[in-house]
Amino acid sequence: MIFDLNFILGHLNYWLFILLMMIGLYIVIARGNLIKKIVGLNIFQTSVFMFYISIGKVSGGTAPIFPIDMNINPATVYSNPLPHVLILTAIVVGIATTALGLALIVRIREAYGTIEDEDITLLEIQEQEIENQHL
Amino acid sequence: MEHFYLHLPILQVLIPLILAPICIVLGRPTAAWLIAFFASVASLVTALSLLHSVSDGSSLSYHIGGWPPPIGIEYVVDSANAFLLVLVSGISTVVLLYARDQIKFEISLENHTLFYTCYLLCLTGLLGVLITGDVFNVFVFLEISSLSTYVLVAQGAKKDKRALKAAFNYLIMGTIGATFFVIGVGFLYMATGSLNMLDIHERIIDLESSRTVRAAYAFIVIGMGLKLAMFPMHLWMPGAYTYAPSVVTTFLSATATKVSLFVLVRFTFSVFHLEFEFIQEIFKFLIMPLAIIAMFSMSLVAIFQKDIKRMLAYSSIAQIGYMLLGVSLLSEQGLTATFVNLFNHGITKATLFMSLGVLTLHSGGSFLSNLQGIGKRMPWISAPFLIGGLSLVGIPGTAGFISKWMLVQATLEAGIPFLAILIIMSSLLAIVYIWKVIEHIYFMDQATTISAEKVSFRILIPLWILAGSCIYWGFDTSFIVTASDLAASNLLSN
Repeated sequence: MIFDLNFILGHLNYWLFILLMMIGLYIVIARGNLIKKIVGLNIFQTSVFMFYISIGKVSGGTAPIFPIDMNINPATVYSNPLPHVLILTAIVVGIATTALGLALIVRIREAYGTIEDEDITLLEIQEQEIENQHL
Repeated sequence: MEHFYLHLPILQVLIPLILAPICIVLGRPTAAWLIAFFASVASLVTALSLLHSVSDGSSLSYHIGGWPPPIGIEYVVDSANAFLLVLVSGISTVVLLYARDQIKFEISLENHTLFYTCYLLCLTGLLGVLITGDVFNVFVFLEISSLSTYVLVAQGAKKDKRALKAAFNYLIMGTIGATFFVIGVGFLYMATGSLNMLDIHERIIDLESSRTVRAAYAFIVIGMGLKLAMFPMHLWMPGAYTYAPSVVTTFLSATATKVSLFVLVRFTFSVFHLEFEFIQEIFKFLIMPLAIIAMFSMSLVAIFQKDIKRMLAYSSIAQIGYMLLGVSLLSEQGLTATFVNLFNHGITKATLFMSLGVLTLHSGGSFLSNLQGIGKRMPWISAPFLIGGLSLVGIPGTAGFISKWMLVQATLEAGIPFLAILIIMSSLLAIVYIWKVIEHIYFMDQATTISAEKVSFRILIPLWILAGSCIYWGFDTSFIVTASDLAASNLLSN
């Protein structure tokens, strides 16, 4: 692999995207606290947003908004607005998922008294033992 | 009337979507159930008329908002997804017939209207995923159905609080899967500049060696693999199916994973090109081995389960292995076998879970020891379980036999008889765990916890509709096989 400084700096957004994606996934897998898992999921989703917006940038392009008097100069280069729209949708989905995850965590806290993954698993195993004894 | 006909594709999605919030507004459970049932029947009628209009092999195209593709979002109905639309809306209607009495015992009364709302939203999402022709639209509808599914699974918390943790696990894994899918779509957009499936199909022809396109496919396979419970990514499924209310499990087991499998098939055949080397290699070296491992390992795990719901959940993962095996043959017979498998497994699992749900109510639990001897006290409910079990194993005379038969034929036609032997061997494993349940139900002394009351006809009717269809479609195979054949040839001719 060629450690070309131009290549690395030119694709800086994509390197950050990969870094954040891996951090987010690592948090989801490695952290036992349920809220930390939701945080990891959010970081993972945010990295995807960054990726999409990086796709949309056209070099030399300005914000994709027509001027208010609609005097459109045909020579203006606009950035691509479509990835921005896709990301708005994905952000909304991410919010709904986070809200649902947090609501589930509240219920889990009420039911189990803890939000640590290992403690919940221990409690579930204990209940399973009691169930198995009854059978 | 002409006008109405033209808008059928959008009505397929719009009817359950609009009627979902009305369920909350009306506020009374009976009214909510009527609205949900009406929405489901309307979806079924729409799906059947769509299937009828594409039965000659053509495809319908609907431009949302009048914007022509590739600028606008396009809905495409062809024989592949029309077939699945009928399956999803049909299962939904039958399950709703059964739901009214069943959820009185499983969900607290004040949540009934919300339950029907989430159910309709889940139906909207599933129908939308099937019918859309735009890759990002797939993600939107997939998440609509997934989020409602997480809520529906968590409803089982009233009976067993482990439903909450199961729903949370499902949420984490499902969201990771959907986000991987979005990354894949992003790479596709980067490479081709379009989001319309048919447009990408044309633009991607020269891009086989592009690393972006290969990465896109990899992310899409893994993302949808998480959603359809492909072997190592199936960990959410046993928990979600075991602790969810039985109505929810019945509906989901017949529809959710099948829809995700269809998305994978759709992307492989209609967006990417089958001639691409890397696609053939992924199927030959990754998906086929994983499918075979799933078939054997999950059946083996199912044999050792004491909870019948969990046993059937593992069995579902094994059956998905069969379907993936059919797809990975990458031939027309293989694809036909997969579609037949999809449909027949849907009705088989729905029968099994539905009868198990009723039996669980009357015996205090879904463990083997709870159900001992219940076959004599409740013969009309146990018989559908027996029929479903025979269909799952693939006994001749049931729908399951047709699907196994077509799969074996496909593997022989592909020139790999070793696979046919593997399929038969893993079906023998299914006999072991189904026999365990049948033995407990019919041939053992009665457990003390059984309180067999009379079961209302409102539960018997949908149960016997499903059980009857398991047997009927084992004999009259014309509808399913022709529809699957048409679907497969349509997908392959792209």
